[in-house]
Amino acid sequence: MNKFDAEKDEVVIEVKDLVRKFGDRVVLNGINIKIRKGEIFVIMGGSGCGKSTLLRHIIGNLKPTSGQIFLMGKDIASAEEAALNEIRKKIGMSFQSSALFDSMTVGENVSLPLREHTKLNKNVIEIMVKMKLELVGLRGFEDLLPSEISGGMKKRVGLARAIAMDPQIVFYDEPTAGLDPIMSSVIDKLIVDLSNKLSMTSVVVTHDMKSVMAIADRIAMLYEGRVLEIGTPDEIKNSKNPLVKQFINGSFDGPISFFQEKEDYLDQLTG
Amino acid sequence: MSSIFFATGKMYLGFIREFTSILALLYDTVAWIVVGPFRGKVASRQSIFQQMVFAGVQSVIIVAFISLFTGIVIAMQSAYQLKQLGAVVYVAPMVSISITRELGPVFTALVVAGRVGSAIAAELGTMKVSEQIEALETLAIDPVRFLVVPRFLGLLVMVPCLTLMANFMGIVGGLIVGVTTLDIGFHRYVLFSFDFLVWKDIWSGLVKSALFAIAIAMISCHVGLSTKGGAEGVGKSTTLSVVISFIMIIVLDCIMTGVFFFSQV
Ligand SMILES: Nc1ncnc2c1ncn2[C@@H]1O[C@H](COP(=O)(O)OP(=O)(O)O)[C@@H](O)[C@H]1O
Ligand SMILES: [Mg+2]
Repeated sequence: MNKFDAEKDEVVIEVKDLVRKFGDRVVLNGINIKIRKGEIFVIMGGSGCGKSTLLRHIIGNLKPTSGQIFLMGKDIASAEEAALNEIRKKIGMSFQSSALFDSMTVGENVSLPLREHTKLNKNVIEIMVKMKLELVGLRGFEDLLPSEISGGMKKRVGLARAIAMDPQIVFYDEPTAGLDPIMSSVIDKLIVDLSNKLSMTSVVVTHDMKSVMAIADRIAMLYEGRVLEIGTPDEIKNSKNPLVKQFINGSFDGPISFFQEKEDYLDQLTG
Repeated sequence: MSSIFFATGKMYLGFIREFTSILALLYDTVAWIVVGPFRGKVASRQSIFQQMVFAGVQSVIIVAFISLFTGIVIAMQSAYQLKQLGAVVYVAPMVSISITRELGPVFTALVVAGRVGSAIAAELGTMKVSEQIEALETLAIDPVRFLVVPRFLGLLVMVPCLTLMANFMGIVGGLIVGVTTLDIGFHRYVLFSFDFLVWKDIWSGLVKSALFAIAIAMISCHVGLSTKGGAEGVGKSTTLSVVISFIMIIVLDCIMTGVFFFSQV
């Protein structure tokens, strides 16, 4: 399963000591990650631990409080708008909330980047849109509005839009959340296919243990704004770290406590 | 006491900051319109057209209605005064001048701010809180070029057009009163309406309306794009855009009237 050689492979994303505060709250607290060309890199972690925020920093939508981010060799945090946009044309992002444009039809959503950034003629674009929608299992839905389709379908349209320009790197923020098991497998397979056939690099945020183990080349566990551990699925599965163990097994007991200590709780209740 | 001082200072700073960012947005918008075509990146004609239809065509009936009745009211009010001087026929220029200089442009702008400005703030606000603006940026599409420019152009073209129509309807309103109840006679009314009217009355009104259009576009786009906090935030932005636009329209009106008609006094 080790198709990568850490020394030889090209690093396309490098995050160095990334710190991000919102007000006084430290959401990302010194993240270091290197992602190699062509791999499927999965980011896991409890909700609210900063996964989406990390993705937003990598694609340049948020600026770090401190630290550096290199995306395809460019320092994203200090890049000019024009340079940033050139890089953005080579990446795709599938948002957690889909973020479809609700005044546009499904077809128009997917074709927007093609219409904006290429000089392809209308018929070609139409065919490309059909192909992308076919990939996510939504052929024939071109003329519906986002308000007329379900949440899971929106997610897939968002995915089709993300890959419309055949990007080199695709970011997926919880791509299978809210999908039925069959659709989840279809999306998992799509991610693997895109990565293998077109050698796209994929960065996937997900909670879905089944799909993590099926698709991941490497996994990073995030906890309280830090990277706990990075490794292959096997390494993560056999991790000695109790935090990682608890997360993998989804067990209630462990160092990650959902409930506060009894005294703290009583203190809070009685003010 | 010091807290009042502090709060006032904070409000003042907030105001300055908002005002500066609205001017920055205006600069960006104009830059896209001027430079965009040379870089092969203009706002799509289709979206400009859509905005014109929404801002202009769909406002026609309400603007016409309001200005017709404004003309009628001014005619009745001034007739009441002018009758005592035996100068009822001067109702005609009274109506035509006050409509073209002031009421046509101002009422049209207020209607558009309430109808179109609020809709822009709500739409862009919704796009902001549902990550659609962020999605645009991620697709390397500039939200100012893609969203603000068409709205700006739509308003800039249509508000003066609506104002021209409002002027016409206001004068018609006066005419109805003059002919039906004041016995002025159709020809005499029209003659008096336009005899006293000079070009400056009309063009100064149109310049004003263009400035109002710019203010409405920039305020509602800025407020919309800086929306925070879900559906509640969208509601707040909608209200805020109307309130600020109304204030700005009146302030601009005052300044422009000073420039056009008071500076030579
Ligand atoms: N724009 C923001 N302003 C303030 N806090 C934020 C902002 N964006 C995210 N956060 C906070 O950062 C934390 C991580 O959020 P997020 O990255 O969305 O988590 P997740 O891992 O579930 O994707 C959350 O506690 C959230 O409240
Ligand atoms: Mg998230």
